[in-house]
Amino acid sequence: MKIHEYQAKGVFAKYGISVPRGRAAKTPDDAARIADELGGRAVVKAQVHAGGRGKAGGVRVVESAAEAAEAAEALIGSTLVTFQTGPEGVPIGSVLVEEVVDVETEMYVGMAIDGSAEGVVAIASAAGGMEIEQVAEQTPEKIISVAVDPVLGLQPFQGRKLAYGLGVADSLNRPVAALMSALYRLFEENDCSLVEINPLGVTADGRVLAMDAKIDMDDDAMFRHRDIAGMRDVSQEDALEVEASEFDINYVKLDGDVGCIVNGAGLAMATMDVTHAAGASPANFLDIGGGADEEKVAKALEIVLKDANVRRVLVNIFGGILRCDVAARGLVMASERMRGKMRPMVARMLGTNAEEGRETLANSGLDVVLVDDLNQAADAIRKAR
Amino acid sequence: MSILVGRETKLMVQGITGREGSFHALRCREYGANLVAGVTPGRGGQMFDGDVPVFNSVEQAVAETGADASLIFVPPPFAADAIVESADAGISVIACITEGIPVMDTVRVVRYLKGKATTLIGPNCPGVISPGESFKMGIMPGHIHLAGRMGVVSRSGTLTYEAVGQLTDLGIGQSTCVGIGGDPVNGSSFVDILRMFEDDPDTDGVVMIGEIGGSREQEAAEFIAQELTKPVAALIVGQSAPPGKRMGHAGAIITGSAGRASEKVKALDAAGVSIIPAPGEIGVTVQQMMSGR
Repeated sequence: MKIHEYQAKGVFAKYGISVPRGRAAKTPDDAARIADELGGRAVVKAQVHAGGRGKAGGVRVVESAAEAAEAAEALIGSTLVTFQTGPEGVPIGSVLVEEVVDVETEMYVGMAIDGSAEGVVAIASAAGGMEIEQVAEQTPEKIISVAVDPVLGLQPFQGRKLAYGLGVADSLNRPVAALMSALYRLFEENDCSLVEINPLGVTADGRVLAMDAKIDMDDDAMFRHRDIAGMRDVSQEDALEVEASEFDINYVKLDGDVGCIVNGAGLAMATMDVTHAAGASPANFLDIGGGADEEKVAKALEIVLKDANVRRVLVNIFGGILRCDVAARGLVMASERMRGKMRPMVARMLGTNAEEGRETLANSGLDVVLVDDLNQAADAIRKAR
Repeated sequence: MSILVGRETKLMVQGITGREGSFHALRCREYGANLVAGVTPGRGGQMFDGDVPVFNSVEQAVAETGADASLIFVPPPFAADAIVESADAGISVIACITEGIPVMDTVRVVRYLKGKATTLIGPNCPGVISPGESFKMGIMPGHIHLAGRMGVVSRSGTLTYEAVGQLTDLGIGQSTCVGIGGDPVNGSSFVDILRMFEDDPDTDGVVMIGEIGGSREQEAAEFIAQELTKPVAALIVGQSAPPGKRMGHAGAIITGSAGRASEKVKALDAAGVSIIPAPGEIGVTVQQMMSGR
């Protein structure tokens, strides 16, 4: 789960990480009031769950409260398209109005779960303000990283290693090391999956400030962080993905025209790959998940068909806990509800009660081609237009 | 023979009185596993399936029955505790099926297990099966497996069944199939399991199924190039997945270049692995690989 910059900065402040003064505003009046408190000059930043806001026109420096209101008026309620959002963009529901801080140096610090390190890895780079992926690919030597022992936490020597690696002035080594310790405590105590400060700014008078803030949470730990769970902003998520999540269906919207319905994440990715290799494009990733019944399967097909891009549907069920006959009845149930919206279907069923499942589909009157294996599925999807 | 488990293994199920726990405990028993105990705190003294005693703690279960392997179905908030309880009681192999354990919990558990004589498989995995030993501790459908000499290791559940199904259809049996789990941090890695297959005299080759996210497939490639003498065929799924989107498994998300399917395939190819070109070609690729030897 992602949270907004202003929310992340609120969490930062609780851990003693300095951020520019400012607050979020939902209306132009609020924005004007906050700018006024800051002395008029301010930066107005669109709050969306996507990077690349600056280049997309989502960050504006204003010189007065009136200008702040104008900027907020233009941004709130509009849609921001950045290189991370896709052409449809994301709606701007609020802006962060902050003091303008002149920084001399911009750096990058971040933390993430790393499978190979079996824990959290802290990363720092003197190349702030840039996409860290780009830095990693072009100048990997500019990235310093340390793996944190979950028992000990981030140790002072590791904080110093990162600080020295960043090449900050001697007087800043301690504050930067302390900031990294605080960031790790924040990461661990809140079950984050990613935390980034990009850029981390240093001012002429030696203050270290988080100019931007990104926190992604571990969805699976939200049960013990009700406060943060309450920060979820579904307006930033795809509507179909939100609907699917309510039914505990793993659905990710993509931009092709083959709706995929599969049980199991690995098999779902494999099915997308098969679709792709057949010269078609998957409209979605969909894993029905464990413990599915007829209703859940029906819901899965309904969600897939609600995507207007879907022209054909590929079903791939390996029956185990989920029996094929149950899956088939769910599909037929949904097709009755979605009358008129049904699309040609290719179905492959294997494992528990596969025969019964295939029979149910064959006798349903649906436009369905039954196939035995993934290669046949690819052929059939190519023909189903 | 097989890796991790076998005919002699004494199986215990944590969470045996729950819906999934009881269902799968019965399936494992039917398949031939020696189910000696169940554990559900507060349900000690009950019997499961007629003659399997249920205990309040793993410690009691081990003391009374000599259980040495544990299959865990405990809900996510309590699963880490269940794993540590088993390790503390001296259980040698744990397969944790539970999906949705907070990653930081797994991080702490995996750290705790360092230097201990306990192997954790999972979490968020289908478990372990050794058809020739008539032993299964997991949720995979037993009937699709065939006793034989190919090892299978995978991050996925149903895709592993797909692979096994294709192998069995061609008459290629399996020594042991291990699902290491779809989370970002796992108890056992590809390298851990590949090393066991290398040392197993009854495994002739390995099928490895990886996916996007992380860089553990690249570690496996390095290990294969340097130490593995047995042939490996590998499939990497998620070639068509866009970066930054989590494909169901918490670990299946491309966050860096190493996480891309193409990078993983490149590393494995360079290590001399037989690359399985498409998910429908698992069986035939393995057949070709093994017939050339």
